Amino acid sequence: MSFDLLGNALVSGLLIGGFYAAVTIGVSISFGMLDIVNIAHPAFIILGSYIAYIANSTWGVDPILACVVMLPAFHLLGMAIYYVYDVAFERRGDTSIRGLAFFFGLLFITEVVLVLVFGVDYRLVEAPYIGPTLHIGEIDLPLRLLVPCVVSLLLIGLLQLYMSRTFIGRAVQAVAQDPTALRLMAANPSRIKRIAFGLSIATASVAGAFLIIIQPVEPSIGRDYIGRVFAICVMGGLGSFAGSVVAAMILGIVESLTATFYGPSWAPAVAFGFLLITLAARPAGIFGRQ
Amino acid sequence: MRNTTFILLLILVAGAVFGIARLINNAYVFFAGYVVLQYVVLATAWNILGGYTGYVNFGIAAFFAMGAYTTVVLHKIAPMPLPLMMLIGGGVSGVIGLGTGYLTLRLRGTYFAIATLAMAVVVQTLITNWSFVGGSRGAYIVRPAEAPFFAGDYIQYLFLVMLGLSVISVAIARAIEHSRLGYGFAAIRDDEGAAEASGVPTLRLKLIATALSGGFMGMAGAPLPYYVTYLDPASGFSLSYAVNTIAMPLIGGTESWFGPIIGAVLLGTLQQVATVTISSALSLLIVGLLLVAFVIAAPKGILGWFKR
Amino acid sequence: MSPLLEVSGLGKRFGGFVALADVDLTVAEGERLGLIGPNGSGKSTLVNCLSGTLHNETGQVRFAGQLLNGLSAHQRTRLGMARSFQLPRPFSTMTLSENLRIPLLYAVRSRDKAATADIDARCLVLLEMVGLADKAARLPGDLTQIEMRKLELARAMAAEPRLLIADEVMAGLSHQEVDDILALLLRLNVEGMTIILIEHIMRAVLAFSQRLVVLVAGRKIADGDPQAIVRQPDVVQAYLGS
Repeated sequence: MSFDLLGNALVSGLLIGGFYAAVTIGVSISFGMLDIVNIAHPAFIILGSYIAYIANSTWGVDPILACVVMLPAFHLLGMAIYYVYDVAFERRGDTSIRGLAFFFGLLFITEVVLVLVFGVDYRLVEAPYIGPTLHIGEIDLPLRLLVPCVVSLLLIGLLQLYMSRTFIGRAVQAVAQDPTALRLMAANPSRIKRIAFGLSIATASVAGAFLIIIQPVEPSIGRDYIGRVFAICVMGGLGSFAGSVVAAMILGIVESLTATFYGPSWAPAVAFGFLLITLAARPAGIFGRQ
Repeated sequence: MRNTTFILLLILVAGAVFGIARLINNAYVFFAGYVVLQYVVLATAWNILGGYTGYVNFGIAAFFAMGAYTTVVLHKIAPMPLPLMMLIGGGVSGVIGLGTGYLTLRLRGTYFAIATLAMAVVVQTLITNWSFVGGSRGAYIVRPAEAPFFAGDYIQYLFLVMLGLSVISVAIARAIEHSRLGYGFAAIRDDEGAAEASGVPTLRLKLIATALSGGFMGMAGAPLPYYVTYLDPASGFSLSYAVNTIAMPLIGGTESWFGPIIGAVLLGTLQQVATVTISSALSLLIVGLLLVAFVIAAPKGILGWFKR
Repeated sequence: MSPLLEVSGLGKRFGGFVALADVDLTVAEGERLGLIGPNGSGKSTLVNCLSGTLHNETGQVRFAGQLLNGLSAHQRTRLGMARSFQLPRPFSTMTLSENLRIPLLYAVRSRDKAATADIDARCLVLLEMVGLADKAARLPGDLTQIEMRKLELARAMAAEPRLLIADEVMAGLSHQEVDDILALLLRLNVEGMTIILIEHIMRAVLAFSQRLVVLVAGRKIADGDPQAIVRQPDVVQAYLGS
């Protein structure tokens, strides 16, 4: 076996894992903390990618910058969606089938609208860090993988700080564990959940920028990520950011090794396999509470 | 109404439908009608697990395509009458359903739903990598020129076969509804913990529902290669199957066998019309929008409007 | 004669929280056992562990001589142990009558195929026993909280158990209604059903129980004659504080 090949597979897997963490962190909030199965999350990421594409191709704006600017818009979108979800499903106590179908519908509508507007061609962005590669010894560090990974981990760190240091952040963690106690602290659980879900969708904005930096994007790509996202979320332990990061890296590495030695088309199977194994062996995940 | 009476009525209706189609004698009626009937079966099958038992299956494409690809394999190695292929295709899909269920049904319904989504992607990957069935380039299937039992195009035969499968699936769905099994499904849907405490073997029943549901979806997919004559993973696993199959019962009404039929006929016809007049992508968008609208505003579907 | 129910060393934790610790309990066939304890003492957790809804980490449960560890809830119900839920969990899309059909179709029929010959009539009889016969065709959504508790009890009875665990079925009932349910439970007991009554209404517990068990903070602190136990200082303290 070529250690060169192995080393590079490991490194790129790690870097992609950092990106996967950014993709998953939103679901870590919506599913891990709020128990909302938002399978449409990848659709919002793709939306972010296309917005980055428009900003980049029309005005030459850096994709990450464009999506950071869009954060408030995505946050508002998330809050609006939660409001509909809350009124239509959560309050009626009918979350299971119809809630899932609702998000599935959103996923589908987003994909079809993107196809109608942009067509099925692959779109990509241009940025100074997309072409070049750092070389450290035998190891290649493509900047287009390195930059998203680093920024992703930074953002997750910031988010973790926000969750543990601010009132709203702590309220979000509280609402996951005990909504009644939260009410007694004069915070409205509904409003907290709305903000949290808005946060979750906001992360999709930036994740979308990362995605289109790493690879060209077309509307149906989102579907590949549903399995990955939930596999990572479950593996890492619902609601644990650290867990998500670790699990994302593990998945990234295993996928990368699989792609290198068995072929890239087997990558989706890896996530599914992880999901099944985790659900069967340790449903609480690596850092999960029982 | 007793089951046997109902089945006889269904057969009469089916016979009338076929007779009228033959009278009109326009090939398009058979082509379009096949698609609508296919969705009657898919929607009814999905509803057994989704509407009756409360477990959402997103992996419709996997079960449906497994039926289609089983036919491709059989066609290449051991050609046999179509109904036999359908049985085998249904068997394969049923077993896959059982397997997925066994791995994931002990956990919450949401994990099952996510697992079916992921499974669909995996099955698609496997098929895309399998060169025997053409891999990503697809497979060509030659459609026989004549129907085996009567004078007519093969497409009329396909229509008849799907009509028969519709009758069978609807009859079984209705029979389940008022049976001991159906009550067990409903108890699981309403409150699984309370069902267990009342003596319902929930895991076993969920496995039965998953196998039945998957099996019928596989049978619905089995004739597809002869219908399209060219089958590739992109079209076989198209997301439109999943969305339609889920939208139809949710829009028609999930609580009875009639809901999926209403949904399939209405949405199916709507899409046939829209595909010809506007575009297929737009017609799919309409389905998606209707799904979300109904799920929010009309949880009991069209049937719910009349129950009041 | 060996006891119908034998619990030894039962323990259950939720993460770091110990809900039940080292609980021993025996119930003889035909006995009327009362189970009391302050809120949060673990009574419902105990019921969940007995019925199989939760899995106990330590200890064993034997029912009619058979070890229950590893058996699922529906298997235990079929063996003859039924429980009502403290917070009612009716089947919301089914009528009251149909709610009772489920245990009849699944718990009873699995034991004896012929027993469910006239299901609709049997459902009606059961509803009559709890005073809900006139609402047989209604949905649980139309019921008051109290009526839903009665439905819970009726559904547990419908499983025709050897051991019935009634978890706070009398909460919120009027004086007369409490007497009615007491009379019903006594009648069932006379006909051979072993009953564990979990209640906060003291007069009902004392009137009903042949033996009383007290659970505090997950541990059994008393087990014996009801009248003697309610005078025990540690029991009084547990309920009223120091």
